[in-house]
Amino acid sequence: MTLLDAGSGWQATGPAGMPEPPGSDEIAAGSAAARPLREAWRMFAGNPLALVGLAILAGIVVMTIIGPYLYPVDPFDIVGAPLTPPGEGGLLFGSDYLGRDMLAGIIHGGRASLTVGGFAAIITMAIGISIGALAGFYGGWADRVLMRVTEFFQVLPPLLLAMVLVTLFSPTLTTITLSIGVVSWTNVARLTRAEFLKIRSLDYVLAGRAVGARDRRLIWRVILPNALPPLVVAAALSVGVAILFESGLSFLGLGDPNVMSWGMMIGQNKQVMLDAWWPTTIPGAAIFAAVLSISLIGDGLNDALNPRLRRR
Amino acid sequence: MRLANAILQRLCNAILLIAAVIVFNFALIHLAPGDPAQVIAGEMGGANAKILAEIRHAYGLDKPFLEQLWIYVSHVLRGDLGQSYYFNAPVAQLVAQRALATVLLVFSGLIAAIIFGTLLGVFSARRPRGALSHGVTILSLVGYSAPVFWTGILLILLFAAAVPIFPVEGMMDPARTGGGWIGRAIDIAHHLVLPATSLGIVYLAQYSRLARASMLDVLGADYIRAARAKGLSENVVVYKHALRNAILPVVTVAGLDLGRVFAGAVLVETVFDWPGMGRLAYGSILRRDSPTLLGILLFSAVIVIIGNLLTDLAYRLIDPRIRTSA
Repeated sequence: MTLLDAGSGWQATGPAGMPEPPGSDEIAAGSAAARPLREAWRMFAGNPLALVGLAILAGIVVMTIIGPYLYPVDPFDIVGAPLTPPGEGGLLFGSDYLGRDMLAGIIHGGRASLTVGGFAAIITMAIGISIGALAGFYGGWADRVLMRVTEFFQVLPPLLLAMVLVTLFSPTLTTITLSIGVVSWTNVARLTRAEFLKIRSLDYVLAGRAVGARDRRLIWRVILPNALPPLVVAAALSVGVAILFESGLSFLGLGDPNVMSWGMMIGQNKQVMLDAWWPTTIPGAAIFAAVLSISLIGDGLNDALNPRLRRR
Repeated sequence: MRLANAILQRLCNAILLIAAVIVFNFALIHLAPGDPAQVIAGEMGGANAKILAEIRHAYGLDKPFLEQLWIYVSHVLRGDLGQSYYFNAPVAQLVAQRALATVLLVFSGLIAAIIFGTLLGVFSARRPRGALSHGVTILSLVGYSAPVFWTGILLILLFAAAVPIFPVEGMMDPARTGGGWIGRAIDIAHHLVLPATSLGIVYLAQYSRLARASMLDVLGADYIRAARAKGLSENVVVYKHALRNAILPVVTVAGLDLGRVFAGAVLVETVFDWPGMGRLAYGSILRRDSPTLLGILLFSAVIVIIGNLLTDLAYRLIDPRIRTSA
């Protein structure tokens, strides 16, 4: 992202106009700024690992969306003898310690994991970007106060705090999502602040100030779009972290008891892990595949969006 | 003098943070729905309204929130973390019993991750296109993406069930008698290997990658070229000149990670039945044993703050520039 691109992007939107929260189409809107995006996609598509990640993730998403219609088995129903090995009794992944269908659990469990992961990541990014942007843009006492708050949240052990929040406010998918978002925004805030500190004194921001742009406009439409590349990567990674978080909570038995999830399957079958390998390892492999695919995508995005930082 | 000033400033900051943690946790638990008197009554086997009122009075739960907060804070300042509703024992004692196990687990996992992660990163950075280098990239992705409790279960299935060289769970062999403290230390270390490994792998993955990246950066710097140009051996250049700078990001990140590692220990403790604080926290959450829970949250925040202070000191030791300019 060069000075020129950013400058013309700023002019294309014009000095008047309502400041709106930027979306990913923000960059694509200006024709001058469209080229870097295409270039980024070309780099991303040239990265075989990133494409593998994209394919795995797409497969998992499709499975969780249409899977329940293709394979209409309730994951809480007992369908056979307990601990039926995979492949026997018509059960592809076998059955768990109660005799419930593991395949149905994997299909339905993905819904909870991916939904919570996605929405928690949105909350994480929203809190982190808001706090980091205000701290980095205004500096001074606002920065000091907000960074104190960030430091405070960094000191509280995130998983413990999430466990407390979820239990105190009864475990539903909503409270779990909110709890994960509330405990995991600190790194995003630090990252956003660092980017804002770097960008706020660049010439095109000063130019924006000189023509009388308001702070809101400078923050959301001038600085943020230019701070996006590392934040996009952080967003991808925070989806993975949130999925791990959710699976950890439900592994401990603190998830929504009425919704099947991968972590819950591992937690409930932990007692039989030495008698049967599949009820714990298969859901674990599902979590692993989902998070790995997201990490691969994040890596690919990092290489594509931050070419100067690319690993040699 | 400057160092003393910097440390003093850090300490003041730490005390403020701890105060904030105490107030926040207390408020959080008290604002939550649910009646602690019901919980205590439940432990005693049911109650009517009169007994509930008595319990509220006995535990001071009928006082206004601010007064309760003041009582709690003044007790904490005197080192009294309160009385567990469930165990009916002092919270400080309960936490102290469990803390050592968790601290042992967390620090052995984290320190092993720092040492091996840095070494892997350094080795792979010396040959950026070599097999080890690709291995580190793959390891970092795999280790980062595997849920820690799943890694633990896989380790148990591999190294405790299929090839039984490590114990499945626990911290000590209950059947072992005699052998003195050396024997006990060996026994605990034997039990520690799998839990610490599963906890450490996540961070090993991140640190090896971080060390590799910063080592690659540093190795291209002018002062390294200068060191080579004046004829220093490659080993001196890498381990004396470059490593010092390459390890800085690892130390920083490890310091920031401490809270996360501490909390993540709950999962490992659950898998391996490790008698640590995470298990106690988990039980206390389910039992709504808020004094114990508050004590654990406070203790872990203090550990994280101390860890951050130590990171800061380590940073000053490694990087003389900070020592002189701070």
